[in-house]
Amino acid sequence: MADVMTLSGIRKAYGGGRSPRVEVLHGIDLALAEGEFAALTGPSGSGKSTLLNIMGLLEAPTSGTLVIAGQSTAGSDDALRTALRSRYLGFIFQFHHLLAAFSALENVMMPVHAAHGRVTRADRQRALALLERVGLSAHAHKSPLQLSGGQQQRVAIVRALMARPRLVLADEPTGNLDTQSAQEAFALMREINASDGVTFLIVTHDPRLADTCDRQIRLVDGQLVASPDTGVNASPPA
Amino acid sequence: MPFEWTVALRLLREGRFQTLLILGGVTIGVAVVVYITALVNGLQANIIDKTLSTQAHVVLKPQEDENRRLVQAPGVVMAEVEKRTQRENTIDNWQSRMAAARAVPGVRSAAAMASGPGFAEKGGVRKSVALMGVELADYLKVVRLDDKLLSGRLRLPSGAVMVGSELARELGLSVGDRLRLVGATGRTESYLISAVLDFGLKDLNRRWVLLPLRSAQTLLGYQLDITEIYLQVNDLFQAERMAPLLAARTGLMADSWQVTNAQLVTALRSQSASTLMIKTFVSLAVALGIASVMVVSVVQKRREIGILRAMGTPARRILRIFLIQGGLVGLVGSVFGSALGSAIAILFTRLVLDDRGQPMFPISVTPALLATTSLLALLVGVLAALVPALNAARLDPVEAIRG
Repeated sequence: MADVMTLSGIRKAYGGGRSPRVEVLHGIDLALAEGEFAALTGPSGSGKSTLLNIMGLLEAPTSGTLVIAGQSTAGSDDALRTALRSRYLGFIFQFHHLLAAFSALENVMMPVHAAHGRVTRADRQRALALLERVGLSAHAHKSPLQLSGGQQQRVAIVRALMARPRLVLADEPTGNLDTQSAQEAFALMREINASDGVTFLIVTHDPRLADTCDRQIRLVDGQLVASPDTGVNASPPA
Repeated sequence: MPFEWTVALRLLREGRFQTLLILGGVTIGVAVVVYITALVNGLQANIIDKTLSTQAHVVLKPQEDENRRLVQAPGVVMAEVEKRTQRENTIDNWQSRMAAARAVPGVRSAAAMASGPGFAEKGGVRKSVALMGVELADYLKVVRLDDKLLSGRLRLPSGAVMVGSELARELGLSVGDRLRLVGATGRTESYLISAVLDFGLKDLNRRWVLLPLRSAQTLLGYQLDITEIYLQVNDLFQAERMAPLLAARTGLMADSWQVTNAQLVTALRSQSASTLMIKTFVSLAVALGIASVMVVSVVQKRREIGILRAMGTPARRILRIFLIQGGLVGLVGSVFGSALGSAIAILFTRLVLDDRGQPMFPISVTPALLATTSLLALLVGVLAALVPALNAARLDPVEAIRG
């Protein structure tokens, strides 16, 4: 199966100049295959967020290469990274980050609206279908503030799917939810992965949820370590 | 609706208090600009109107006589050229000159005037007056009299005169009375008063006597000549520019009202300049107000901007969102401001009255004024939003989401 994203030798350092230079990622090699459902785990401060930002094309690595859907991102400017994000990537944030000024439906349509400047009737129908799929049709025109935490996160999940991404990056998507809602959200992502073949990379602290993923990628001190259960695709500790 | 407009409107609606704050600022600014402009325009129009109500836009006069050098040889100067006492100089062949003046584009009407010094006599009392001989029909096309009529009728048949109110009071005259006029030639004739006028200035009311052109020519000894041609032009602000051409076409000297009233023109110009300054500073204050509120709003919306950027919104769209907000605030504020400014202007005309209970002068809030003010507000809004909008567009999405 083809890789959705390939990272090789990714390093990221902050500071330099007057402030001390701190390297957060020490050469990450990682490939995400089409249709994978992977968990990214690791203690806080291990560089998970930085790695996720780099994979989300929100930050550029200091060195190393990142290929997304066969396209290299080397030397890309902000406009190109924005275009690639909008074309291939979906985001789910920990605090769901729905925009309070817009209805649930408008939030779902936002990725398409933002990229194309306007929404078509087909876009609207797709957004409604997505909301229906997560049982929120009745809430389509409500403000996110009127929804429960679990409902909000479900809206955020289908928003990430709106622009038909190849890879969805989820940053602790259940971190802010009660156990029941967290399990439901996880199950929903799992189901979407199975039915639509969208690749997921989920950062999570919850080992039980991580265990339900096909693959666990573990990051410790800026390096990938072999997970006891899968052991694939991880570089040996330095 | 396009993405940028939707987001701009929603964010404005969401930031209720801030939006109201900037709208209030723009409204007050626009109201001040509208009110001041209307006031000053009205005031200036009124002053010009009052000044020109007894004056022609351009007055054509005979060339002044000058001494000429007797000998003009290299290195020899026989006489210094100096002004000499001007004898009463007249315009001959005036009908053709007046026709030439009328033919100049932009000239609306022309009237012949034969004026000179004289005395008004009644019951042994003599008053020095200015005799002004006119063809009334022509004269009325240059200078309005209907609004100056106190009593009698605007008629000047042979043997009739119209006098100012002060002269009438001093000599105890009223319409229908007889008055003796003495001209420079010493000739005396008796006239019937057909109207008493208020020229708006005490001195004019004391001195001006309007009489038929033929009578004045006889009294003053001009024969068929006149002393001035009065002209009315279509655009009174073009009078000064037209004067040289009129002089060239008629072979006479042309004085525009701007030259005759140089002090007034200077006063009006400095008034316009200070108005412009007030408007500039008000616009600046409004711009700073918009900018500062929007800088804060961009900071508050960092997270939202970050999410939009992460979801694939290009930076230029973020820029546009905030420029649209600035423009919208400017436009909507200018609608409220125009209404408020017009209301104050109308209130002013209702409250500030002259001794006759009439508004001192008309304040006119014209559509053109409102349109230019709105355009200005739009421009100020967009320009003021530029820096905050650039800040928003340059936000690093990672930091924006994290912060």
